[in-house]
Amino acid sequence: MATAQDISILDSAARAAQAVEDAADIHGEKMVLNMGPSHPATHGVLRIVLELDGEVITKADPDVGYLHRGDEKIAENMTYTQFIPYTDRLDYLAPLANNVAYALAVEKLLGVHDKLPPRCQYIRVMCCELARISSHLLGLGAFAMDTGAVTVFLLTFTEREKIYNLAEAASGARLTTSYTRIGGLMRDVPPDWCEQVKVFCDEFLVKLEETETLLTRNRIWVDRLRDLGVVSKQMAIDYGLSGPNLRGSGVDWDLRKNQPYLCYKDLEFDIPVGSVGDCYDRYLVRMEEMRQSVRILRQCLQKIPGGWTNEVKEPVSIADGKITLPSKTKVLSSMEELIHQFMLVTEGVNCPPGEVYFGHENPKGELGFYINSKGGGTPYRLKIRAPSFINLSILGELMPGCMISDVPVILGSLDFVMGESDR
Amino acid sequence: MTALEFANKIKAKFGDLISEPVEFRGEISIQLADAEKIFEVCQFAKSIGSDYLVDICSVDNYGNDPRWTMVYHLRATVNGIEIRLKTDVSEEKSELPTVLPVWRTANWHEREIYDLMGIRFSGHPDLRRILMWEGYPYHPLRKDFPLAGKPTDLPGVAFTKVTPMEGGPFVTLPSSDDAIAREPRVRVPENAEPAVSDKRRIAK
Repeated sequence: MATAQDISILDSAARAAQAVEDAADIHGEKMVLNMGPSHPATHGVLRIVLELDGEVITKADPDVGYLHRGDEKIAENMTYTQFIPYTDRLDYLAPLANNVAYALAVEKLLGVHDKLPPRCQYIRVMCCELARISSHLLGLGAFAMDTGAVTVFLLTFTEREKIYNLAEAASGARLTTSYTRIGGLMRDVPPDWCEQVKVFCDEFLVKLEETETLLTRNRIWVDRLRDLGVVSKQMAIDYGLSGPNLRGSGVDWDLRKNQPYLCYKDLEFDIPVGSVGDCYDRYLVRMEEMRQSVRILRQCLQKIPGGWTNEVKEPVSIADGKITLPSKTKVLSSMEELIHQFMLVTEGVNCPPGEVYFGHENPKGELGFYINSKGGGTPYRLKIRAPSFINLSILGELMPGCMISDVPVILGSLDFVMGESDR
Repeated sequence: MTALEFANKIKAKFGDLISEPVEFRGEISIQLADAEKIFEVCQFAKSIGSDYLVDICSVDNYGNDPRWTMVYHLRATVNGIEIRLKTDVSEEKSELPTVLPVWRTANWHEREIYDLMGIRFSGHPDLRRILMWEGYPYHPLRKDFPLAGKPTDLPGVAFTKVTPMEGGPFVTLPSSDDAIAREPRVRVPENAEPAVSDKRRIAK
């Protein structure tokens, strides 16, 4: 009779601890190693100054800012609408989600964020979920590649191309989408778009299964990820982590559920949470989030007002001449619309004085915009709460005690993007 | 408990230091009169639920006194209550206590504000620049810092000289005969039979 036998192999954290112990009696100099700013595992231009004792990290000091462009300063000097293209360049793996987050923040200042036309809300939700899948796919592909599983990268990139095609069909651009406008969308989606989304959902789930068979029970993958970079629930909240990194630590917090915006309250989806808070949990949470995104997309396809082709001409923008641009025929034939267009283009959307904070559940975490307005068409101060920036601040605490070879794994599991971190 | 009740709890504890809660677009803001007390207020807020610091932001009220406004966004992850805590700091002082011991996420937020706005945090163990480089002399998010920037010691254009490999030997030059003639690596020896492309050129 076959018997099951447990083989005990120390997990990576214990191995690292063992290595520290072994090295304790050898007196040598500590070495300082600069990892980055251009290192393939740092996903951009992150530099980490590592202090090493042999192969064990004793101190880690992340150095960000290599991609700082002064987005917040730029925002103070242009109208609300003009800043939309800059949001594409925050988390450039999910520009559609950034567009939606920013538009909702300005709409909250205007007081119209819950009065958006239903079709607009559904299209925005679909854009956000496509962006989430796209971002997680790249994060997963790069994560697996840094850990040595190159095939995954090829699989996930093939699927991402399809999402780029969808973004291109909707907005005309693959990467710098700028799809939203204050008070609505740039335009409705083309008639065959929903059909394409449906096809994508079907194909994607198959590919996701395939990807999962390569990783989830892969011995090497599990050994390298489990019990590494453990973030406890308390620590995750204390460090202000958000998104899958927070949920990976077992905190049941998702802004789509906790502070529902758009039409998320009409949709059914689950929030996956981790139990240990290690790299493997964060990986599992992202995998499940992609499935839930597909679930949301399919519900949206069923429920979208106006149907797939929108023959009844459901609006996708608020019909308020002081917020959204009027149609061109009206501008050319009517005085009032001409004035509205002129005012909107030259002075921007006239926002009331006041201050709002809007947090959006982006793929990387909570992307928040704090807008301080003194009235008029430009923000007095616009602060971007960048989830990648805050998620990175935990590195200095997470890395000491790990081996050098664990660094790409921890970085991959945190899934950050420097364009957003450095703003 | 609502956000308003939460704000009133803080007000009950600190009395006149905290202003009446203001509501705008469903968000509750309270103003703290003395910035020196920010640590105590934050510690109290955490003790009654606000375990998550969403964000710290600084606003430059250029031309007005006091010049700086600090904005803290607090959240309780248990019940989702959010409040905004604001406090003013004068330009002469430009300093207030750190809240790092309350929430460790404040570390990078405060470093960023020090870097971009030039407000210092007393008690912060590691107040270095974070986005700009060490030794940069200005605080670029201040309203009196020009959008176009100010000159620094670093060169404006990174490459001003002719690139070392320009003109060859492995770089083909534009607007010469044909691809073979342009290719510098296949030059034939002078007294050898001319290549096909060269013959064509002689014929021309």
